[in-house]
Amino acid sequence: MKNLSGTITKEIDIKSTSGDITFANRMDHFMARLGVNRNGHLIAPGLYALGKPAKDSPVFASANYTLSFDALRSALSGIDAYILVLDTRGINVWCAAGKGTFGTDEIVRRIETVKLHDVVSHRILIVPQLGATGVSAQEVRARSGFKLEFGPVRASDLPEYLKTHQATEEMRRVRFTLLDRIVLIPVEMNYILIPMLIVSVILSLVGSYTAAAAAITVILSGVVLFPILLPWIPTTDFSTKGFIIGGLMALSFAMNAFYGMMSEALWLRSGWALTYMLTMPPVTAFLALNFTGSTTFTSVIGVKREIFTYVPKMAWMFGIGIILVIVLSLLKISGGM
Amino acid sequence: MFNSYDSNTLKYDPRLCINCGMCSKVCPHGVFNTSGKVAQLVNPKACMECGACQLNCPTKAIKVDSGVGCASAMIWAAVRGQKEATCGCGSSCDSKPEILQIGKKES
Ligand code: SF4
Ligand code: SF4
Repeated sequence: MKNLSGTITKEIDIKSTSGDITFANRMDHFMARLGVNRNGHLIAPGLYALGKPAKDSPVFASANYTLSFDALRSALSGIDAYILVLDTRGINVWCAAGKGTFGTDEIVRRIETVKLHDVVSHRILIVPQLGATGVSAQEVRARSGFKLEFGPVRASDLPEYLKTHQATEEMRRVRFTLLDRIVLIPVEMNYILIPMLIVSVILSLVGSYTAAAAAITVILSGVVLFPILLPWIPTTDFSTKGFIIGGLMALSFAMNAFYGMMSEALWLRSGWALTYMLTMPPVTAFLALNFTGSTTFTSVIGVKREIFTYVPKMAWMFGIGIILVIVLSLLKISGGM
Repeated sequence: MFNSYDSNTLKYDPRLCINCGMCSKVCPHGVFNTSGKVAQLVNPKACMECGACQLNCPTKAIKVDSGVGCASAMIWAAVRGQKEATCGCGSSCDSKPEILQIGKKES
């Protein structure tokens, strides 16, 4: 515990930090982005001193998720400030605000435990804008005396914001750029990789390599191709976007089945082609619908409508497709075809 | 083509507005404009029902059914027979911070 600027009594526990992002920090961010050790990227909640803050230095609220905290302190590098780290159980600001852990109660409690009233002489706390989902500024003020200022969405805009304490329209908006979507891919992949490998191994053992290739294709279309192409696929609903992508992929497999077994009867070739058209698109559509959780704009009611409209259709299509596969396989085994 | 995002639960009563400007400060999608006499709903369809404006409006002029707009959380809630989805913080929550905090200024 440091006795900062000689103004703070020793009982107040203030940890010191800096604006530098070390190699270890970068490794931690890399792992967090890969989705490795999901709950392990956290720091201790409490009050942190960045640089050499004095009684009139600004105070910023943050989550105790390393990516959130590190983004804030590196954006503020060179500025003397306090960072009030809330206990969000290692979850980022927006998700934690949605859950209520980055919330009014936690802010009020944390202000008291760190004795913020004694540390600084002013009564202003700068909170990331996306924390507003969980934090009521009026209530925090009534209960703690601290006036909240909602800063910009991105920590990187803070130096600009601090000049006037006014955020521009641009700083207040959440976007979802191509790069934003690409960074999501490794995390999504991390969840689906093992199931995908298991399914494709089983399929190549009991079925065919083509079936295994089809499984890998639909999954990759759902978790890699779909996020990249998102804004350019026509239609607004995620499920229909997924059906389109999955359908295009299925088409190539269907064509292959149809034209690849010219010696077989026409109905049999059509049947096999149809199995691809029935089983592949719903899987991609389902993965696409799941992606709504990662986006920054889908409304609750909209996602609910999508679930009710499309999930039953996906299930039926997939189910009928599987039955068709079984029937065709049985016919093949029973010989004569 | 069917559009599930055509309408939402956001409701705003301009008669209660005291034009404090809070809603336009907290909204991540520019739904409100507070440069006039009272707040104006300028882009209601962009609302993602995050609930920030409702929570921070001092006169309760705004109502919205907020919750987790995440399909996997809702599907799991439906499977488990729960009414409300709680954020399971799966992959989606891991991935959000880059967008929100580290994300550099987009061009
Ligand atoms: S937060 Fe409420 S009172 Fe303030 S400007 Fe918006 S609608 Fe009006
Ligand atoms: S609920 Fe969220 S997205 Fe919708 S208007 Fe309010 S602040 Fe904006």
